[in-house]
Amino acid sequence: MAERRSPEGAWQAVQLARHQDRPQTLDYITQTLPDFLELRGDRLHGDDRAVIGGLAGLGKRRIVLIGHQKGHTLAERQEHSFGMARPEGYRKAMRLAKLGEKFGLPVVTLVDTSGAYPGKDAEEGGQAGAIARSIELFANLEVPTVTVIIGEGGSGGALAMAVADRVLMLENSIFSVISPEGCAALVWRDAAEAPRAAAALRLVAADLLEIGLIDAVIPEPPGGAHTDHLATTRRVMHEVQLTLGELERIEPAERLRLRYEKYLRMGRYAVTNSK
Amino acid sequence: MAKYVTIQVPRREPPPAPEAAGEQCKKCGASLEKGELERNLRVCPHCRHHYPLPSHERIALLADKSSVSFVGEEVQAVDPLEFVDLQPYPERLSKAQMQTGLSEALLAARCDVAGLPTALGVLDFQFLGGSMGSVVGERFHRLAQIAVDERRSMVIVAASGGARMQEALFSLMQMAKTVVAAQLVGRARLPYVTILTHPTTGGVFASFATVADIILAEPGALMSFSGPRIIEQTTREKLPPGFGSSESQLTHGQVDMVVDRREMKDRLAQIIRFLMGGGTRG
Ligand SMILES: [Zn+2]
Repeated sequence: MAERRSPEGAWQAVQLARHQDRPQTLDYITQTLPDFLELRGDRLHGDDRAVIGGLAGLGKRRIVLIGHQKGHTLAERQEHSFGMARPEGYRKAMRLAKLGEKFGLPVVTLVDTSGAYPGKDAEEGGQAGAIARSIELFANLEVPTVTVIIGEGGSGGALAMAVADRVLMLENSIFSVISPEGCAALVWRDAAEAPRAAAALRLVAADLLEIGLIDAVIPEPPGGAHTDHLATTRRVMHEVQLTLGELERIEPAERLRLRYEKYLRMGRYAVTNSK
Repeated sequence: MAKYVTIQVPRREPPPAPEAAGEQCKKCGASLEKGELERNLRVCPHCRHHYPLPSHERIALLADKSSVSFVGEEVQAVDPLEFVDLQPYPERLSKAQMQTGLSEALLAARCDVAGLPTALGVLDFQFLGGSMGSVVGERFHRLAQIAVDERRSMVIVAASGGARMQEALFSLMQMAKTVVAAQLVGRARLPYVTILTHPTTGGVFASFATVADIILAEPGALMSFSGPRIIEQTTREKLPPGFGSSESQLTHGQVDMVVDRREMKDRLAQIIRFLMGGGTRG
């Protein structure tokens, strides 16, 4: 394994990943998907504004796009629950992914969340089951699927929308089982140790590529994605198109088999001979 | 009622749980004779409070005598990220192994449940909080493959604090891995039943625990994805008593039934027998 990233280096990526001016799903839509048609609601309970989804043309393709939306200003952040999805958000994502499957449209997800919404109603509305069912549904989709982690990939709330044939990450995005602050509080009883925790968790894109948990890293403009929205969003959508092109060349049943195999292989363990 | 039996377990017996030696029920305060809890499957005979059941006792409770053979023991934990911690991860693992007599948080076995061939997995909260690392995921996967290959139903007893932080993203990915592994069982049209016990939280609750065909819960178990403390801290909501309990999950439509531990084997057998093509009666 390569040299461990320094706490300062890891922490810088965390801060860039969370930067409030970083391009978010709606920015990708505005900059790169001019004919985007938003579809709303989970058909069961409500419409979660933490998750945006709809139909879009991307180059010569038609796709279903689903992404977390955190919001930039405080008012936007409140409107979008800071990108923390409730069960209805995951159910909307599932419903739209199924729509894509029905009409043979590839499904692209943009992940940017600190995690699922931790609230009483969300829990009682089946938050855990919604996440589990979403993982299950995305694992079984018959159309090509690509996830791009564009900012924060926080725990199960991110994974619910990050099971795909290919998972790409922007250079300064992060993907982690726990927030560095939460990890620091557990290990050192001190949230100020978050930079050390960030390094220990190896949550930065390049580190996750190295250990084989993601498929590619998309470079950002110098200074970070927030310094140039147009360059970032175009680059990401260009990579998405290349990746979809690759996936479309694989026969559907084989693509599904490979997706299963990829997830069944995940993990590091030893196998001993003795019982 | 299912009969308590003694079975062969890998490694040695764990020490008795602290409450086993206690004289009073922690819940209702009733005085208990020495050994009374153990004789009652660790359920208080006065208030029906369900105390944690070590995984080998759980297997003895659910599996037919002499039908058990353990699987997946060959899969052992490593420290994939050389996780920086106050106590190194390998030390935490050996300490947990010493304390519980288990090799990992998931104990998996082939067995019969009332004569019905079953692939049974039991998470033990005493082993690093029943946390899901790569070994739990891979043992789950192997167990699912055994279920498919040998036409067994799959039954998982969950108790977990969630992710195995020391394995970082490898741990998170076990959510996807176990859900996909459970699909193998589903695609083979074999029953997949989970039994959720206290506590079932975090990544386990939001993965294999909730994609089962049928979800059973023990009385009074806490089930929560985020955890009550995080919810109260983040949203400043005051949570009502009984929040996330089995009984509350039942009213909110998240579990099929709440089943007393002393009736669990009969209920489980009834479900498996029915789904495998028998009737609902034994
Ligand atoms: Zn009692």
